[in-house]
Amino acid sequence: MAIESDVLVIGGGLAGLSSAISAAREGADVRLVTYKQSTLRQASGLIDVLGYTPDGDGPLTDPYEGIDALPEDHPYRIVGVDTVRDAMSMFDEVVDTYQGGHTDTNALLPTYGGTVKPTARYPDGASAGLASDDRDLLLVGFEAMPDFDAPHVAAHLRAAGVPFDVRGVTIQFPGELMDDAKVTRYAKLLENNGPVTVRGRERGARDALVERINPELEDEPRVGLPAVLGDDDAAGVRAALEAELGVDVFEVPATPPSMPGVRLEDRLFEALDEAGGNFESGNPVVSFDGQDRVETVYVDKQDARIPFSADQYVLATGGLVGKGVESDRERVYEPIFDCYVPHPEDRYDWFDEAVFGEHPFAGFGVDPDPELRPLDAGGSPEFQNLRAAGSVLGGYDFAAEKSGSGVSIATGYHAGRIAAQEAQ
Amino acid sequence: MSDARDPTEFDPIVPNTGEEYEPLEVFPESGSFDLRPGADSCYKCSTCDTNCPVAEVDDDFPGPKFQGPEQWRLKQTDDDYVIDSSISECSNCLRCDTSCPSGVNLAQMHNTARGEYVENQVPKFSVKYIRNRILANYRTSAYFASMLPRTANFFMNFGPVRWAMEKVLHVPSEREFPEFATQTFRQWWAERGGAKVHSDEKRIAYFHGCYSNYNTPQVAKALVRIYEYFGYEVMVPEQKCSGTPMFANGMLDDARRHAETNVESLTAAIEDGADIVASCTSCSMALRNEYPELFDIDGIDDLAAHTYDAVEYLRIHTDVRQELEQAEVSGELAEEFAYHAPCHARSQGLERQAIELFRNLDGVEIEDVGDSCSGISGTYGWKSEKYEKSMEIGSEMFEHMEDSGGTTGMTECPTCASQMEHGTGYDIRHPLELIEAALID
Repeated sequence: MAIESDVLVIGGGLAGLSSAISAAREGADVRLVTYKQSTLRQASGLIDVLGYTPDGDGPLTDPYEGIDALPEDHPYRIVGVDTVRDAMSMFDEVVDTYQGGHTDTNALLPTYGGTVKPTARYPDGASAGLASDDRDLLLVGFEAMPDFDAPHVAAHLRAAGVPFDVRGVTIQFPGELMDDAKVTRYAKLLENNGPVTVRGRERGARDALVERINPELEDEPRVGLPAVLGDDDAAGVRAALEAELGVDVFEVPATPPSMPGVRLEDRLFEALDEAGGNFESGNPVVSFDGQDRVETVYVDKQDARIPFSADQYVLATGGLVGKGVESDRERVYEPIFDCYVPHPEDRYDWFDEAVFGEHPFAGFGVDPDPELRPLDAGGSPEFQNLRAAGSVLGGYDFAAEKSGSGVSIATGYHAGRIAAQEAQ
Repeated sequence: MSDARDPTEFDPIVPNTGEEYEPLEVFPESGSFDLRPGADSCYKCSTCDTNCPVAEVDDDFPGPKFQGPEQWRLKQTDDDYVIDSSISECSNCLRCDTSCPSGVNLAQMHNTARGEYVENQVPKFSVKYIRNRILANYRTSAYFASMLPRTANFFMNFGPVRWAMEKVLHVPSEREFPEFATQTFRQWWAERGGAKVHSDEKRIAYFHGCYSNYNTPQVAKALVRIYEYFGYEVMVPEQKCSGTPMFANGMLDDARRHAETNVESLTAAIEDGADIVASCTSCSMALRNEYPELFDIDGIDDLAAHTYDAVEYLRIHTDVRQELEQAEVSGELAEEFAYHAPCHARSQGLERQAIELFRNLDGVEIEDVGDSCSGISGTYGWKSEKYEKSMEIGSEMFEHMEDSGGTTGMTECPTCASQMEHGTGYDIRHPLELIEAALID
């Protein structure tokens, strides 16, 4: 026997969560299994749909307009622009802590690197930081947190020609935190206004931070900080800082490990729970039974093989970085079902010689039919009941296009919905 | 190709930390486990650090990335390097292990580093060593206590005794000592005459561990009744401590001694056609994961491959989920449960099975109180110097429990249960007790 469900989603990133949530909202009995914790912990928390064309033109004002001009085998073209819109509506419904859904226009947000990034949705906590806002801003970094170098970020933003004055200062976070204190440590201290020692006196960390930021403020109406302002109650932390400082406060979207990513992960798993979905993490799917259809997949726990069976399956295991697509010296392949991954035979054709050139490997992934079923080399579905979502799909370069989150949400939504309908 | 492996054989799909990966000798032979592949797989993404409940509250704890891969590297390049004493602040929750996107075996690295630290750097006559050894060998204390359970229950929570324990052994007097049952599970099993159901096809051997034998035999009895209800023959082989508290205190020699007995007796049960099930998720975790990582004993891999959590095994092999959807609970257990998933259940992918099984069960409500660690981590919260930290880690869980509907808690782990009870005053039950109430009572 096996542990059963209508739909089994393999993978716990944005694509897996989107397909599980959409299938559960269709009324299917859904289970999500993920090898490790969600990769959202390594995500900035921004939700891009399309920032640049494959030729590098942009930033695009309207991501949906750009979709028509994409190549036919791009995942957005396969699912269609209406599905992308529906998928983003689902995201807006389940994640009520995000902004940007009111318009089709991309927002422009400053990053840890000081670049300005086009994105479709952004956390509430980042909204006072919009680069299109012409109010002056002060960036405040912490000495022991070198990932966010505020003066450097400010200089970059100035060089990018932002329509406001921006300054960056580095201060010491109150208390004697160790040099590489974790982002969760900062978040917890700020959320609980937890005790820190400042000049021999015990203070609340949040209160003490306000006192250190205050003298740095000139007349900027907004202050940007590293994205460590709380965990469960980020809105509360921000509101408290704003009340004390008398200015708007925002977080600059972070490098990994990222609190905005952690918060989004938490919110999406909550949404899956609310929709009645089941999930589990910690062990990989390693093999399967089946010919035309996938009958059972096996999760490896040490050497025990735990069988899971479902009517429909969604493969959302990630791309080359997430290990959903693998390569060796001979070939590029999908490791669980060995779905066909188109690629040049000679491995020297897999990459470009220029570091930032157009690397073919960036687009490696399975090639799906309109229902997102991976196709074999002959163009027939590998399995009747297996669909793929997110970066295990080929045909797009999310890093260059700034389309990673949008493709994951759109294809996840599409695959999950069809899987649920097929299962019923 | 001088000192590296032939890269054409390199297979990056499988987390390359298992025994199959044998790098050529680059670092000198040490006789202990080779942790290099794990250290090499770490690309410093720091996801483990964001999962560490200790690093979130302790300003001196450098986090799992340091304890594992970095400390291992330091050891390789500096002959005089001694393990940093902060390893003893790690609570062995193993959250880092579950989080690593590269499959680095952080638990194994932590356990070996801690073993080495205790072996080489902790004086054997220090109060801490003696206290930790007593805590780690809970089975021995429980064995003696169970001879006179009523007396033990009185004395273990008797003010002056606890005052003295705090002063002499640094065992915090705030904690309530778990009550010893007046009849152990094994005594009950013997009195009952062993198995009531016999079957050649369906057979399990029960690893009850120390706690459900000495402290909560009702959980063990529930397991027996449920498995017999589903037609299984239950075996109760000879067994010692799973070793979890010993790994956590760096007492690897003690753990190995107990493991040898367990492996021998449980592999014999496997030869008789049984799979092994445990009701405590730290016990199943030890047999499945830590045994093959830390010891090289005949049959240890076979045991790992045949061990399951008791509820997990029912989910795979029986219609328990469908039966529970048809069932109804009334009486004592018709409650609203605040469920906490133990860290060691989480690493086995079992963090949601209680919610899944009971969310549609008539007569009860169940709510997941979130993914925070309970903070006790076995013996960790039983040390005076760690008591406050343990309670600070647990505070998030306590708050979520108090926000939930009822005043009954649920978890698979006995020490999490005692922390939940300690922090909220709730009565804490095991999922097996609820399955029994739904299907059998």
